[in-house]
Amino acid sequence: MNHADLHEPGAACVTCPSRFSQLRKLGLRITDSDHVIALAGNPNTGKTTVFNALTGLRMHTGNWPGKTISRAEGGFSYDGKRYKLVDLPGTYSLLSASPDEEVARTFLLFGQPDVTVIVADATCMERNLNLILQVLQITRRAVVCLNLMDEARAHAIEIDVRNLARDLGVPVVPCAARAGTGIPELIREITMMAARTDALAPRRLPLEVPGLRLALDRVEADLQDAFPHLPQPRWVALRLLEGDRDIMDAVLSGDIGALADPLALPRETIPRSLS
Amino acid sequence: MKTPEDVLREARELRWQLPQNLHDRIAESIYGEAARIAGRSITRQEGSSRLAWQQKLDHLLTNPWTAFPIMAGVLGVILWLTIVGANLPSAILSKLLVDDGHALLSGWFAAAGSPAWLRGLVVDGMYLSTAWVVSVMLPPMAIFFPCFTLLEDFGFLPRVAFNLDRIFQKVGAHGKQALTMAMGLGCNAAGVVATRIIDSPRERLIAILTNNFSLCNGRWPTQILMASVFIGTLAPNGWGSSIAAFSVLIVALLGFGFAMLTSWLLARTVLRGEATSFSLELPPYRPPDFWKTLYTSLIDRTLIVLWRAVVFALPAGAAIWLSAHVPVGDQSLAAWFVHATDPFAWSMGLTGVILLAYIIAIPANEIVVPTILMLTVLITGATSGHGAGVLFETDNATVRAILTAGGWTTLTAVCLMLFSLCHNPCSTTLYTIYRETRSLKWTAVSALLPLLMGCALCATVAAVWRALTST
Repeated sequence: MNHADLHEPGAACVTCPSRFSQLRKLGLRITDSDHVIALAGNPNTGKTTVFNALTGLRMHTGNWPGKTISRAEGGFSYDGKRYKLVDLPGTYSLLSASPDEEVARTFLLFGQPDVTVIVADATCMERNLNLILQVLQITRRAVVCLNLMDEARAHAIEIDVRNLARDLGVPVVPCAARAGTGIPELIREITMMAARTDALAPRRLPLEVPGLRLALDRVEADLQDAFPHLPQPRWVALRLLEGDRDIMDAVLSGDIGALADPLALPRETIPRSLS
Repeated sequence: MKTPEDVLREARELRWQLPQNLHDRIAESIYGEAARIAGRSITRQEGSSRLAWQQKLDHLLTNPWTAFPIMAGVLGVILWLTIVGANLPSAILSKLLVDDGHALLSGWFAAAGSPAWLRGLVVDGMYLSTAWVVSVMLPPMAIFFPCFTLLEDFGFLPRVAFNLDRIFQKVGAHGKQALTMAMGLGCNAAGVVATRIIDSPRERLIAILTNNFSLCNGRWPTQILMASVFIGTLAPNGWGSSIAAFSVLIVALLGFGFAMLTSWLLARTVLRGEATSFSLELPPYRPPDFWKTLYTSLIDRTLIVLWRAVVFALPAGAAIWLSAHVPVGDQSLAAWFVHATDPFAWSMGLTGVILLAYIIAIPANEIVVPTILMLTVLITGATSGHGAGVLFETDNATVRAILTAGGWTTLTAVCLMLFSLCHNPCSTTLYTIYRETRSLKWTAVSALLPLLMGCALCATVAAVWRALTST
């Protein structure tokens, strides 16, 4: 069996009830919506502003990294379909995990949103691309929202959007969410991506590490044997090979197969050694 | 079927065959790819004027010689705007809600032939305390919050954190504590939740335990009223508002000092350890969207906080009225408590009424001032216009007259300001602390530590004050 084919959920998986139970475990009420959209991105790229622009809600924004601590949810309708939007705390990477970043990481990996909107700060794309590439390793059902284009223009930064979209293999929408510019285009791309039923293989990085590909294949196969419903087994395999303590503990305790609501769990509590 | 142990064993064995620096190699290949993609699509022209003035501003806001005066000045100006701007709307609201509203409601109850106790409980107790909370709290909050949010949107907060980082480092706390303390200026419960941005559990606990030293929105009105009524009036004509704003600023800065002192003590004793390093992005300055910010902070923040105050004021009003009317022996419950605690309160420069108010106001600091005023009126039997036991006019002069009749001096006001800064957090914050730490012990510490500090501080100030004024 070719494991690469298993990586992206096919049409049957997308409608499979077990997938919804996974989302429900993450604390999401999905009964009233057709698609789940996650908003991810580096801290302070304006995710919450994009969230507000899409949902018409007024979550608090602030010009400092870390303003959004927990998950916020909202929704919008387009063309008769209802979309549930989840605003995640900003994260620089999926490889490390501070308590606030963990919320985002867990949701992206195991919530399996229909579309992940990666909000990027157009004024510092080099840094933002790191996270974009990491997210694209997990899913290509993604849309890049190139936010703060007005700021980028003021800083005399030019971005070849079409070239960037071709390089990344996902739609890239230039926006200035605060002024509302580009939001209709963003909604169109999100809904088009959500409607796609074809399998999109995640973007694979050229991991030029000798032996890594083979090792990944073997651990991934083991994981799928032990946890048949585990989403993103390849990513978990990579973490295991790197020796990520949290992920190893989660595998050992079986928690990884039955992830609970990362907000309800006292995950961010002070360890016993201090109390 | 493989077991989880099998998977881990396989991964462990395979790890030996992979390069040691696997994590770095993976990170490198991601960074390399990111740089390649960026290089192909992004061009950056040097010397944009926007960048130049941002750098100039950053130089001004992060240079220690200019940054600290600017930060204190900005906070001072916001406080001054709040005090000056809140006066007139407060007077209008209290005329509408307290004066006219109370008479109207009282008339309705009388016309409906309701018994005197019901009218007292509902109109003189619940309605009046709620009307008071609204007229005292709404105007200052409607000015303070939008100002603060505009600064936040502009990008001021990370610079404050950057400037204060050296101090936090010295006391053994985390630099991001500056951000959580800034959030605490709005609401301590929100500030405690915001400590999640601190990775190290030790430093996070310090940030949680000291967040209470940031004056929350429930306490700003107390500070502003005391400063305007007692301290501002000491100043020569025309300087009242500035002096009042300055004294509130001093209390706020004192709060920062206490937070640092407590952090230092904790980091030296029970929470020993080195401050961890961290990186904090200084985001570019972004012009805030003025009207949207105004709308958001008015509708969401101000009204939600006000609603919470009203929800707590209604039962508190009933409790105040009942405590002043339920007899225990030959006097009311409130009078009994107040007289019993007066000597102890006197030693801290406070009064028994203030202590009782702080017990009734455990659910929400917002209702401290209304409770104090209503209790004073009910217990001293002071009249203000319309009849004994009911408070009507609420302008500064009347407030001063009522409180002076209750035995208040400038010392009482100063000690109340200090005690308001330094006492146990409200029950919502305590519950939040318990939820975040899952520890009854640390929740108890966070309640008792500031309370004991406040008692000691007030007692010292009162003793020194009395020694100085008696000679």
